[in-house]
Amino acid sequence: MQIYLPIAEVSVNIFLLLGIGGLVGVLSGMFGVGGGFLITPLLFFVGIPPAVAVATSANQIVASSISGVLAHLRRKTVDLRMGTVLLLGGLIGAAVGVLVFNYLRSLGQVDLLVRLCYVVFLGVIGGLMFVESVRAIRRSRRSGPAPRRRQRGWVHALPFKMRFRTSGLYISVIPPILVGLFVGLLSAIMGVGGGFIMVPAMIYLLNMPTKVVVGTSLFQITFLTGFTTLLHATTNYTVDMALAVMLLIGGVIGAQFGTRVGLKLKAEQLRILLASLVILVCAKLAFDLLVHPSELYTIASPLHQEEQG
Amino acid sequence: MIRLSLLLTLLLAVALPARAAETGEEVVLGLSQQQVQITTGFTGSKILIFGAIKREAPIDPEELEVVVAIAGPSLPLIVRRKERQFGIWMNTDSVEIDRAPSFYAVATSGPLREVLTWTEDLRHRVSIPRMIRSVGAPGEVQDARAFTDAVIRIRQNNDLYQTLEGAVEVTEQTLFQTSIAMPANLTEGDYLTRVFLTRDGRVVNEFETVIDVRKVGLERFLFNLSRNQPLIYGLLSLLIAIIAGWGASAAFRLMQRN
Repeated sequence: MQIYLPIAEVSVNIFLLLGIGGLVGVLSGMFGVGGGFLITPLLFFVGIPPAVAVATSANQIVASSISGVLAHLRRKTVDLRMGTVLLLGGLIGAAVGVLVFNYLRSLGQVDLLVRLCYVVFLGVIGGLMFVESVRAIRRSRRSGPAPRRRQRGWVHALPFKMRFRTSGLYISVIPPILVGLFVGLLSAIMGVGGGFIMVPAMIYLLNMPTKVVVGTSLFQITFLTGFTTLLHATTNYTVDMALAVMLLIGGVIGAQFGTRVGLKLKAEQLRILLASLVILVCAKLAFDLLVHPSELYTIASPLHQEEQG
Repeated sequence: MIRLSLLLTLLLAVALPARAAETGEEVVLGLSQQQVQITTGFTGSKILIFGAIKREAPIDPEELEVVVAIAGPSLPLIVRRKERQFGIWMNTDSVEIDRAPSFYAVATSGPLREVLTWTEDLRHRVSIPRMIRSVGAPGEVQDARAFTDAVIRIRQNNDLYQTLEGAVEVTEQTLFQTSIAMPANLTEGDYLTRVFLTRDGRVVNEFETVIDVRKVGLERFLFNLSRNQPLIYGLLSLLIAIIAGWGASAAFRLMQRN
């Protein structure tokens, strides 16, 4: 059964879309990730124009992160003040990101930019995760103590200090704003929430307590991707509601299954699985960039999306 | 009054054959559908084009050939070419094409060059390359022709451009029929449908009509909303996402409690 997507202007198999939504839902339930970094490349693979894929997956992330935020708000594990500061940076970053996105789109380079960003980030994150989880498995076998992480660095020497009660921090607002800015930029260009960058940054750079990290990052992601969706919808007209609904239906159901499967697996196994998946997607994208394309030419029109060669 | 109308009918009756007399033959056309509706389940459409040739004079011994052409709305395009730079393939050169139809199918009753001479093709713009207008390429692009060829190649692969030689069936030099398949990825607009009658490669009669291709229902609504009220559209998308995300977790929590 095919469905004609009104904005993407392509006809795609409905079960393929439900399947992608479902798969990403299962993964996000299993690993507790937003899944934006997987949904966008998967949409590329089925022939959705990159601009539509990025904008629509931002919309999708709003859905997958909002229920998380609500759960964390009930448990009071959200640092609202830190979240707001991060968001402030994020909004600026997203606005700049959409500008860059539109400029490169007019040059015909947006496809390359998005794919390159994916290859770099998925490669780095996937690689780090893989190494880290292999080490963790070895460590758990030897059952030695976890190494201490470093405390206090250059972050504490900066001006404009602010007190973050929930996190128990008294630090300058510059690093959180920069982190937010960077994540916002990525969100607009890659159609991701950016949790995979923000969570490590909050733990290692800002020294936030682990229990508030996930909630706070979800809080920022929800608002940020919501803002990105609106920006893409009003400047590029690339949010495809029919596509979003299909992905949502699949995602919502998949997430519930994923949560159950995730509970049965060990944390290290989960992380190795996720890392391999990330590396696989990265390899496929890199392969496409490096191998001689079967069609060297692409058609773009000022009014419509790119056609697949 | 009656006399006047009688006179008019008489005049018309004289005038019409007189105009047709230059060619002697006229097309009477039928279409299986005058309108193509792009709905949510749209997977393409097959249009049956049939007709008859009305004539006053006896049939010319020279074989009559028929050419049917359907053209989607013409739009400007940018064609980009990838080149290997720093080890990766990226877009480098680009050429702007002034007009190219988003869809074009030409069906003939025989090999195109036999049915239509080169000059007649040029005059009436029938074959695919004639439909693409490219005024000039930037100075640094030497082979602008390759870019137009690429448009034709890509669109042929996607069934957007079709040359169907021998696809028009002509019976007794009077009846003809053909069917043209339109793919799912159509652009909205008026699809100009032209029928040419040719003899010895020359056009003896031409007939034009329009097939209307439109998004309808939900497709129409969403597309219009996204272009005319982008903010409302964006907010609506967000609302759906919020309801879906929040609703799902609430529903599953309820289920687990029971």
